[in-house]
Amino acid sequence: MSTTEEQGPDTAENPPAAGPAREPGVRRPRRPGWFLPYGMVLPAAVLEVLVHIIPMALGIYIAFTSLTQLTIRRWTTAPLVGFENFVRGLDPGNALGGALFESLFRTTVYTVLVVGLSWVLGMAAAVALNTRFRGRGVLRTLFLVPYALPVYVAAILWAFMFNQRDGMVNQLLVEDLGLLDEPPFWLIGENAFWVLVVVSVWRLWPFAFLMLLAALQSIPEDLYEAAAIDGASTWRRFTGITLPMVRSANAVVLLVMGLWTFNEFNIPFLLFGDVSPESARLISPLIYEHSFVNWNFGLGAAMSVLLLIALVIASVVYVRLVLPKGNGNA
Amino acid sequence: MHETRGFRWFRRIVLTFLTVFTLLPLYVLVVTSVKPLENVRGAFTWLPERVTLQPYVDMWTTIPLARYLVNSLVVTTTATVLALVVAVLAAYPLSRLRFRGKRLFSMTVLSTQMFPGILFLLPLFLIFVRLEDLIGIEFTGSYTGLIITYLTFALPFSIWMLAGYFSAIPEGLEEAAMIDGTSRIGALVRVILPVARPGILAVGVFAFITAWGEVLFASVLTDTETRTLSIGLKLYTSQTDTLWNELLAASLTISLPVVIAFMLVQRYLVSGLSAGAVK
Repeated sequence: MSTTEEQGPDTAENPPAAGPAREPGVRRPRRPGWFLPYGMVLPAAVLEVLVHIIPMALGIYIAFTSLTQLTIRRWTTAPLVGFENFVRGLDPGNALGGALFESLFRTTVYTVLVVGLSWVLGMAAAVALNTRFRGRGVLRTLFLVPYALPVYVAAILWAFMFNQRDGMVNQLLVEDLGLLDEPPFWLIGENAFWVLVVVSVWRLWPFAFLMLLAALQSIPEDLYEAAAIDGASTWRRFTGITLPMVRSANAVVLLVMGLWTFNEFNIPFLLFGDVSPESARLISPLIYEHSFVNWNFGLGAAMSVLLLIALVIASVVYVRLVLPKGNGNA
Repeated sequence: MHETRGFRWFRRIVLTFLTVFTLLPLYVLVVTSVKPLENVRGAFTWLPERVTLQPYVDMWTTIPLARYLVNSLVVTTTATVLALVVAVLAAYPLSRLRFRGKRLFSMTVLSTQMFPGILFLLPLFLIFVRLEDLIGIEFTGSYTGLIITYLTFALPFSIWMLAGYFSAIPEGLEEAAMIDGTSRIGALVRVILPVARPGILAVGVFAFITAWGEVLFASVLTDTETRTLSIGLKLYTSQTDTLWNELLAASLTISLPVVIAFMLVQRYLVSGLSAGAVK
């Protein structure tokens, strides 16, 4: 809607998403106070346009230029190069494009793992804590701490623990438990991917827990009682009552967690620095690397555009398939 | 509910595992922050050689932590308050009034939430630099750019949540006030806002926590004077050494307020998220 206020209501009739079609050409007389809603959404609309819409359009424009650190100060004069960035960066045949598609694949695996594990842990904890026992409130609060911590604190802490020479993890695995002979490197090489998964799950699962517990608590108790009288097993009650009843909460939780995880930048950036080890190179840090380490802004922007298209397609498919109709506040 | 033995074992195993998983890093955080420096330089020890609060004293002088704290507070608080005002204004018509373009507006706002931050970073920086040249207001290296960015990033979520809360309030409440001659805005301020206060508080805390932990934009839009905590903490690491005890003492100190605030409002946060979701 971003444009409705600036251009006036006349142009707002055309956009396809502007709501159900009314009879064309028929204009209802304006009620007094018709401008009130527009006035109220105006500040939000202006900010959205300034910080989201215009930068996005500019990003797409930059993808067609050869913007580098040499032209950055005078970016308006950066030469247009057509589809060169896309051809160079997105061709699976060459090194750049190959790395991009590898990273997309890796990010997908990472997202499935992190979201899946977080959901399982969150669901298990929610089911376990949805019963009455001593210490329930304490555990509930404790489990939420990782999510409430600033992300950089969580990442700094885990980087400290995964330190090869004198970190807590190697102390535990090598010295205390004797599971390994040699202290492995965690933050470089192949292990880095798994470190990334562990840290991401540690921070994300409480969100699933928080949302799913709320959904569980809204299920009427008598459903379970009736099932128990019918002799349904605990597992049967879980699959027959719990899962169907939290379906809509699940749909939202999985979508939100999936988008957050796929776009994850902070955790790898804080754990590994400017350039992630290859085994853990996710798509957002890869784009950052091309833009701000190699100073090839055009290429970085072209990759962003591809990422955006992929996300839009994935979300639309997901919403069509999973979410109940009429979602959103409209 | 009747509990089977199997379920009780399931509960014990799940809760034990998750407690260890959650607590272990938190234990490391606390125990390292009270270790003397020579104790964090060698191999990790589960217990401190001696407990000292010295890191909590030294952390303020090793780096200008107080300045970064003030910077973070100024940026985050301003962005949160402004975001709440803008979001309340936008959420109200979305939940109560009919107007053309409403669906387009809400879909646009919501969908911007799924875009990766990396997409906006460079273009936004370029726009800010260009605006500086044009109108002479400092956007980069000052608080302004960061505040505008955080404020907008908090909007989609805040509007969504607040519209959910507002829709849960019976319309009769404001209608009664409006029959008494109050305007719609007056009814919003005097009737709706007080009722929705817990929800507004929860949204505020969420916006605050998100901005408080932001790294990417803070690294590009601040300079040495306006650096926020998320960037400033790096300075405990020199080329040769990291003062882990001071770094973790500082981390713990700046985490405590946001963790406590989160715990206080999380119940309202959940009800808002669920309300927004089922709508």
